[in-house]
Formats: sequence, C-alpha cells, structure tokens
Amino acid sequence: MSTATVLSRRSFLRTSAAGLVLSVTWPEGLIRAAQPRRAQYGRGRGESEVRPNAYLHIAPDDSITFEIVKGEMGQGTVTSLSMLLAEELDCDWQKIRTQFAPVDPSLYGNQGVYGSSSIRSTWMPLRTVGATARAMLLEAAAQKWGVDKSQLRTENGSIVGPSGKISYGSVAEAAAALPVPSGVPLKNPQQFTLIGKPVKRLDTHDKICGRAQFGIDARPDGLVYAVLARCLVFGGKVASFDATKAKVIAGVKNVLQISTGVAVIADNTWNAIQGRKALEIKWDEGPNAAQTSAKISQLFAERAQQLGLVGKSNGNAQQALSAAPKKIEAVYEVPYLAHSTMEPLNCTAVVHPNVGCEIWASTQMQTGSRAIAAQTTGLPPEKVQVNTMYMGGGFGRRGGVDYVRETVEIAQAVPGTPVKLTWTREDDMQHDTYRPAAYVKFSGAVDSDGWPSVFVANMACPSFGNGTAEDSSFGGGGGDRPDGVAVEGLSTFEYDIPNVLVDWRRANAGIPTSFWRSVGYSQNTFFCEGFIDELAAAGGKDPVELRRRLLANSPRLLAVLNEAAAKANWGKAPAGRYQGVAVCNHIGSYFAAVAEISMEKGKVRVERVVCASDSGPIVNPSIVRQQLESGVVYGLSATLTGAITIDRGRVVQNNFNDYQVLRINDMPQIEVVAVATDNQPGGIGEASVPLVAPAVCNAIFAATGKRVRRLPLTLEGLA
Amino acid sequence: MAIKFMLNGKEQDVDVNPQMPLLWVLRDTLGMTGTKFGCGMALCGACTVHVDGIASRSCMLPISAVAGKQITTIEGLSPDVTHPVQLAWLELDVPQCGYCQSGQIMSAANLLARNPNPTDADIDELMMGNICRCGTYQDIRRAIHRAAEIKAQGAKA
Repeated sequence: MSTATVLSRRSFLRTSAAGLVLSVTWPEGLIRAAQPRRAQYGRGRGESEVRPNAYLHIAPDDSITFEIVKGEMGQGTVTSLSMLLAEELDCDWQKIRTQFAPVDPSLYGNQGVYGSSSIRSTWMPLRTVGATARAMLLEAAAQKWGVDKSQLRTENGSIVGPSGKISYGSVAEAAAALPVPSGVPLKNPQQFTLIGKPVKRLDTHDKICGRAQFGIDARPDGLVYAVLARCLVFGGKVASFDATKAKVIAGVKNVLQISTGVAVIADNTWNAIQGRKALEIKWDEGPNAAQTSAKISQLFAERAQQLGLVGKSNGNAQQALSAAPKKIEAVYEVPYLAHSTMEPLNCTAVVHPNVGCEIWASTQMQTGSRAIAAQTTGLPPEKVQVNTMYMGGGFGRRGGVDYVRETVEIAQAVPGTPVKLTWTREDDMQHDTYRPAAYVKFSGAVDSDGWPSVFVANMACPSFGNGTAEDSSFGGGGGDRPDGVAVEGLSTFEYDIPNVLVDWRRANAGIPTSFWRSVGYSQNTFFCEGFIDELAAAGGKDPVELRRRLLANSPRLLAVLNEAAAKANWGKAPAGRYQGVAVCNHIGSYFAAVAEISMEKGKVRVERVVCASDSGPIVNPSIVRQQLESGVVYGLSATLTGAITIDRGRVVQNNFNDYQVLRINDMPQIEVVAVATDNQPGGIGEASVPLVAPAVCNAIFAATGKRVRRLPLTLEGLA
Repeated sequence: MAIKFMLNGKEQDVDVNPQMPLLWVLRDTLGMTGTKFGCGMALCGACTVHVDGIASRSCMLPISAVAGKQITTIEGLSPDVTHPVQLAWLELDVPQCGYCQSGQIMSAANLLARNPNPTDADIDELMMGNICRCGTYQDIRRAIHRAAEIKAQGAKA
C-alpha cells in the first residue's frame, strides 16, 4: 500500500543521493535535469548536504518520490498532482511516495494554493515532466540493450523490450546522465489509465491514525510555546502593559511586545494561555472603537446612492429603466464571515540572526510565507527555509501571512529557540481577515413578454483588501475601475439581458477583509441569482425556464443547468418539498445547483442539494465529488447561521457556540453530477460554495412566497 | 506531584499543573499530536479521546481528573490501523483536510462500541459534537455504516 509520507527532509535526502532527478521551470515549461545543489541554509544540517530540486525522483531501488509543489488543505493536491505525474511516467502507483517540495521560486515559480488553481496550473507541466522522465528511461534502456527505442515500451514502472524487462530504477542513474529531450509527446486522453479514475487518496492513511503532520504538530527540538494578546478593536495598539503577574505563572518564560500585541512564551501552550490571562494591558483602541454592524450597514446604504465605478455595462440600463412601465427594486445584504478552519492559525519558527530562519507552517502561500519571514528578519529570502505542513483547512484564510509574521517577530526575540505561536479559537475568530459584508440595491424590469429587459446592481462593500497596503488597487481596482473580486459574480454573469449596469462603491469600514472560499462569488452569486429569480417571478416565468432562455448562448452553463434540473426532477418535488435553482461560472468552470427544502414551524430544513459541474477534464472523480460536497456544506453554514457582527469595533462572536457551523444532524443529502468535458481544465475547490445560498433562498420563495434578501437565515427567523 | 494514568495500554506519569487539560499534556508534554486542538471549549470534538472507554473532550478535562484512568488516543486505537472504523475510513477515503478526523474516528469508534448497528439518526445524535469544516459528513455516515459491517464480519469470523 502506498501512503503519503511526510518525511523529514533529511530522510528524503538520504534516498535521493542517486537516480534520476528532473525538474521543470514554470511557467515556460522548460525541462532540464536538475543538478543536486548545496543547501543554502539548514540549521544543524551542515553546508555539504545536497537538496534536490525536482518534481520526481526515481532511485536505483525503484522507489519513486514525487515532490508536491502545492499545499494540501483537503482539496486533494497530493493525490491529483501525483496522478498527473504518474499517468505520463507509467510507473507503479503502489510504489509512489510523496514529499512537499521545498519553497524555491527559481524552480517552482510562485508556490501557493488559491483560486482553485492547482490542477489548472499543473495539468500540462507535471504531465510533461512525467512524459520526459519516461522518455529518458526508455532511451537509457535502449542504449543498455543496444536496440532502438521504438522496440521498447513501458509497463507499470518497467521497460519491456525484445530481450526482457527491466525496472525503471535499474536504468535511473543512466537516464539521469542523458540530455533532457524537449517536445516529448503526451498521451491522448483516450490512453489515460489513471486520470479520470477514482484513485484512492494518498493522504488518507496518515490522516486516520494521527500521523499526518499539520502545522500545529511541528515539534523541533527545544520548542517553546507562545500565545499573543491582541487588541480586540481592529486597528488598536498596545498603549502600555504590565507583565508582573504573568511572569509569576509557572512555566511562563518570557513576555514581549511585537507589532500586533504582547506575546507570552511558556513551556506549553496552556501555561502560555494562563500567562496571557494574567497580563495587564492598556490598549489604545484607535479610530474604530465605536464601529458597529448597524453603522456599517448604514454606511453601505448611503454609499449605494452615490456614483459608482462600472463593473459591467450593456445597452443603456438607466434609460431602459426610466422607460419601463413597471420596475422592481430590492436591497440585498450579507454580513462579514469568518473562515474558521478546523486547525486554528499557528506557525513555528526559529531565527538565527544573520544566518537564517526556518519556519513550519500550514500555509496556502508558501512563497509569501518565505517572503514575509525574509522581510521581518532582514534575511535574504533564500536564507529562509519553509517546511510545508498539512493544512487543517484553508478556505482562503491561510492565504494571509499575518500569523507567520507574528511568529517570526516573536522568534527573533529569542534567537536560536524555536517558537510555536498558537491562535486560540477565539483569537482565530476575532482576528480573522473576513469575507466582507456587502450591500446591493437592485433595480430591474421585464419586457411585455415577461422576459428580463433591465438589470441594475448598485453595489457597496469594502474591498477584499481592506486593511492591507494594496487596498486601493485590490482586485485590479483603482482609478475608474472597481475592485475586480468585489464585483465578480455580478460583473461576470452570462445572462443575455439587453440592458445591464453593475457598479460598485468602496465602503471600507475598518474591518480587515480578504479571500474567503469563492471570494466575490460567495456574496455576489447570492445577490445575482436571487434577483434573477425575482425577475422570473415578475414576468411569470419558471426559474429554470427563464435561465435556459437567458443562457441560450452559454452552452456550458446551459448544460450544467439542464443536468442539475434533470437529476433533481425540477418542478416535480415531492409533497412538502420546495425547490430553488442557481447557476454560476467561476474558476474556469461551470456549475448549477437545485436545493430542495421543507418547512417546519416556520424553520427551513435543507433536505437535498443536487450540484452539477463542468470543470473540463476530471483528474479524480472521487476528489471532485468530495470538493463539490464540501463546498455545499461550507455554503450552507454561511446561509443558515454564518454572521460575524461588530460591536464597539470588535467581533461579537467568540467560538463555535456563537459562530455556528453546520453539523452532521443538519446535513442534507447531496448529489453530484460531475460531467467531464474536453475543455481546458477548470477549478473545483471553491466550486459549489456560491450556489447554496441562492438555491436555498429561491426554494424558500417557492415554499413561502417570501424573498430572503439578507443572510443568514437565523437573522430572518428561518433557521 | 506526578499524576499517573494508563495511556494506550501503558503506564504514564506526568508532573504538571493538575489543572492542565489532558489535550495539552498529550500534545505538548508527551508529544502525541494525533489529538487535535480545535476550540478549547468542548464545542468541536477535534480533541476527542476515550477515557475508560467513553468518548471525552480532552480540551477541558483537567489532567488530575484522569488519574488512574485508561486513556486511549487515536495513536492507540489499534496497533496497526485496523480498527473497523479506520478500515472503513480508509476504504471510503473519508478525510479531506483530515484535521478533525482523529476526533471523528474516536467518536465513531465509541458509537459502535455502544451501538453495533446505528441508524442515520443514531449517527447524527452521537456525532453532532464533531465539527468538520470540509463537510465530510455524508462520507462519515457511509463509513460508520460500513464500519458496522466490518465489525460484524469480524465478530463472526
């Protein structure tokens, strides 16, 4: 049985002293044999050790190690990236081991997992590496046997020729000495033996016996443990503090101030938490100390009346609206949301001043983590070693590097000693970078036949970079351009409506924001698909029929809409069940969902969700199904109960008692129709999240005649 | 003063603050990181272990309260990853990110010990204390039914 092993780099090095090592440089896709090179920095490792920079390594003993360049947060990269390599290499799947690659932009480009991009960005490069390695092994065998390569074939990790069969490992060293060929042809999809199959995940074994190493599990020798007291008010700072009482807590070793608060270092996490409770800190709460959710909502409403930056414009929406005999208007609003990954934020770091820094992090931004550690310490980036750990969820939160910076700041104060900074759940919830709250004022009209003729969305919300230095240009915004991610989902819809205007106003409220699984679509698909449903009702049209007509020129969206409607038996819900539909195109893929609900004593129960997808070729259908189910659950939590509210400039919620997330007893039946197509590969990780809220709320309209224009449903008394 | 208990079948003693929760003793003092920190308030189930055979949240359980008791963690659930729940989890590839799965598996193992053939409603009732943000709940339900089958087959054999 193959298992994904998180080997220490040392044990990996020992197995990689010989054999075939290949690398590819992105984005050009150039292949070259990688010369093992000297480690530039490694604490206690000696300067003579070598470090391979490669995607795969075939050793003389036939073991095959794949370097996984992307982080694993549950989305299946360890398995699906291995499948891409193994497919073209034609190796024995059972003999694969995997290892997270070192962080090295010169070889791997920008290493990060975001925007559901892992398969999209590796589909060609990793297959090319696999095919190239296979060609070199074939060439080495041909030379060994003195036959032409055309007489040879590969079979499950061996080369078969007229005079017999030899394993890849036995020609690996000879292959490594050959020039690296270019333009090696890849398989036709018809020839795939792994891609498209529900191959078992490589990381399951270690995740069911406690062996998988997450960031929070890092335990370098001499480790000490830290927690950090931060100002609860966003933008607040330490005015002064007294650590006298904290320092007498048993096990507390040190108390120190860093840029974001006061850190307590102890001999274990619990003692550090006790030390933090004993700190006496005076805070300068700063300019946001009176901020509240009600004020933010009011700010959005005021801004929505002002001139906006145009995100999408067709025809002449304002003129068409004035001319329309009857217009409909609606205001939609959503709250801030926390990510609440199961693994609270944490990082471990050791700093050797002027020498190097090593960090252990569950991060979606490996390159960014290296960069922030370099910036914080003043070391060159190549002196920072990042150990990529399994992530206990990411959902966009681990795209930030704030927790890495904090840890490195603390570690700098205790040079040579590794420090693990753990955020408690309360820290994680109250110092998140949130999905922005958002507000849209819609206006629209239907023509004399009842089809939508005008669609106007006046948006007001913070940018997704509120609180960052790049805020004003976030999402490609700035000048007369809106933040592209704040308007996506409304600016990108494919409905064929003659007069459309989507415009946006920045309404920053001092609450830090950032990417949250599906980003702008997480809010805007709810808005868009809700108002499209309102236009359908205004014109007396069936919601699916209306979408079919408006998507006649969008064949991929139309196809998934039809798949979902057919599988869900649209229009023929069982007695007491009500259906709602939504569609969405994002991350290079196309999605539709039908939600089926029942109502009991005025409360919604989501009974069934059918989700159809077209994300191009499917590498692993089991992982695609998992991701689509996962997105539905993530979206349901936001729909039913998700709300971060602000009072006195701080987050009201503390933990899973007041920030409720979906539990198994509220789990609906989820059915997935994932259609493989021969389009370019699309993303799947964020796929279904945006569909859930509109599909459920449109079903609520079917059940009750009431439009839900504000989330979560608990606010409306519906959940 | 040292506190003694049985950990995965072996005697263990630790000399820590008696108020320190078992979770942090396991993770920080003993280096057994399979048991996870999720919420610190017994709200999410990531830290679930067995105390005298009963699924318990270790994040709020003072170490003094386990003196003399039998503690089983994910590392000790089976010697070779062959507990019926682990076999079913492996067969159905339940974990995604995997962080909550130690707790899910410990809760599921306890459920099957009490109820060898649980219904979906039984599963919901016993497993609702374990949060999974990746949303593996549908696979967890299937895997618990499968584990019940594996366990029944093992009992017959």
